[in-house]
Amino acid sequence: MNAPLIWIGLPLALAGVLLLIRNARLVSILGSTAAIILTGLAWFLPLDTVITLGSYAFKVAPSFSILGRSLTVGAGDQGILALFYGMAAMWFFGALATPNGRPIVSLGMAVIALLVASLAVEPFLYAALLIEIALLLCVPMLVPFDSPPQRGVLRFLIHQTLAMPFILFSGWMLAGVEASPGDLNLVIQAGALLGLGFAFLLAVFPLYAWIPQISEESHPYAAAFILFIFPMTALLFLMGFIDRFAWLRANPNLPGILTSAGLLMVVSGGLWAAFQRDLGRMMGYGAVIETGLALLAIGQYQAAGVSIFALLIVPRGLGMATWSLSLSRLKSEAGSLRFSAVQGMLRAYPSAAVGVALSHLSLLGMPLLAGFPPRLALWEALARQSAVSAGWYAIGMVGLLIGLIRTLAVLSMAPDNTPWRWQDTWLQRVLIGFGLLGMLTFGLFPQTLQPLLARLPLVFEFLGR
Amino acid sequence: MLLDILSWASVGLILVTSVALLISQSWQRSLLFLSLQYLGMFWLVSLHWPMTMAAVKLVTGWIAAAALGMSQPQSDQPTSKEDAWPQGRLFRLLAAGLVVLVVIASVPTVTDWLPSLHTLETLGSLLLLSMGLLHLSVTARPFRTILGLLTVLAGFETLYAAVENSIMVAAMLAVINLGLAMVGAYLLSTPPREEASE
Repeated sequence: MNAPLIWIGLPLALAGVLLLIRNARLVSILGSTAAIILTGLAWFLPLDTVITLGSYAFKVAPSFSILGRSLTVGAGDQGILALFYGMAAMWFFGALATPNGRPIVSLGMAVIALLVASLAVEPFLYAALLIEIALLLCVPMLVPFDSPPQRGVLRFLIHQTLAMPFILFSGWMLAGVEASPGDLNLVIQAGALLGLGFAFLLAVFPLYAWIPQISEESHPYAAAFILFIFPMTALLFLMGFIDRFAWLRANPNLPGILTSAGLLMVVSGGLWAAFQRDLGRMMGYGAVIETGLALLAIGQYQAAGVSIFALLIVPRGLGMATWSLSLSRLKSEAGSLRFSAVQGMLRAYPSAAVGVALSHLSLLGMPLLAGFPPRLALWEALARQSAVSAGWYAIGMVGLLIGLIRTLAVLSMAPDNTPWRWQDTWLQRVLIGFGLLGMLTFGLFPQTLQPLLARLPLVFEFLGR
Repeated sequence: MLLDILSWASVGLILVTSVALLISQSWQRSLLFLSLQYLGMFWLVSLHWPMTMAAVKLVTGWIAAAALGMSQPQSDQPTSKEDAWPQGRLFRLLAAGLVVLVVIASVPTVTDWLPSLHTLETLGSLLLLSMGLLHLSVTARPFRTILGLLTVLAGFETLYAAVENSIMVAAMLAVINLGLAMVGAYLLSTPPREEASE
């Protein structure tokens, strides 16, 4: 038995089986149960150690060879695996309460397995190829069989596909830079290609036009799943680059570049969010801001950036899941998430409206909610570095706050004497309630994330140590 | 000598097919040009890779073209017009001419970066890359988008073949090409988009 087979092979096989099952509820339950089991195994199963069960003894090898290359899941990667599958379990369980949840679970399981493979493949550069294969699987999630393909999906496909050649080429050049670090031209060329590759992959300003588009056009839950899982993988991939190449890590310009890119995303995302008239697009800009915050955290890699980055992941997943689940409910009722369509829906769908508002507040960094501790740490770190950067960060957040105020105004703007009705189903109320409870728990007791924070930096050899 | 002639012929084929792909409105002709384009790419890749491995690219490309062909609507409806600006063939031809000039000018620089590449390979791969990008920039149709992406990937694979000959990479790139074609086939099988009035 070996680790890649457990966390990559089995989920891929399961995804194939789930695709054949027609019952959406069964698919959700099977998918989330499998993800929970994989999370438990990732957390507790020791690798490369003889395990004895009665008279049976076995060892889980960390490596698996394929076509002359290897997939390696070391003990240090188990925290990441637990995070991936734990988050997947949450998303798959939430799919119970959304229309079109079946492809999110079956294809999502395959996507997660491929993204785990992208973090396990050696040479690690081939991750770009696996990420590309995973994103191809996302298209049926975003475009159900009976819906026409919209422009956002095509842009998503184009932008993410263009990232792969840049990253593969830059990786090849980076190996050359390792061999002759004094060759300035080579360093500049490799850096430029790498920057372009990650700009496409992470949808860095101004390459993020597809994010609000798919959030508006596609099913909010599917869009949010993709907007959570892909940037998270891409950010870990970026940190892998920084960790492996000493010259890159030691480059004095890199923190500044990452911070500037992050600030651009936070400020532009916040300002655009202030002017949106569609709740789906608002969530899209929220995802842009989250990626910007993660880049800001990685930009502090010489200090506490890796811990802050790790602290951002769970609130992001929880917030996006709750937000999109609530939006799914509103969209299935109103047909669209435009302001004109969702006006006054607070009185008919209070749990969905509260879910939207609190997820938005968590993204803003409202005290007592999950987003608050990492944002406070990040803002403090930024302010220590430069007051101007901290000021720009605040401008982005003000934009986001204006977006929230407009959202609340629209949702509560019902005609006079409209009665309160609870039209959400009990399952939606329970799931949204769980999401809100999670946000409150991680906001009030951020130390509950401590075990995860302790294990995540083990993935890297130098960062966060 | 014969090798040089064949390489020149491949580059010529790539130039003609990529420009034709850009201006063609019929899906049948587009797929024919795409298939011929893979023939040119196959020859350039075979300069670095064993013939059997280079043939993987050719076969993959042809299967991708076949998958896209099989998923086209069966009715005799006229080919849908492009909804993105600009639509004129003359404009596209002029843009392609401009791109060819830029590519020719940049070949020496890229050859300096990648000394293992011959000038003709660089020219062929850059032509594919830039024509694919031009194609992507003037279209909003799923079928055309997939053609553009396949062209860009063909250009990248020609360049990358000179620096990487791993079987795993070849296999994954083949999966990506086929996956893109399958995605294209899937998108073509969904209902056509109605343009929203904005």
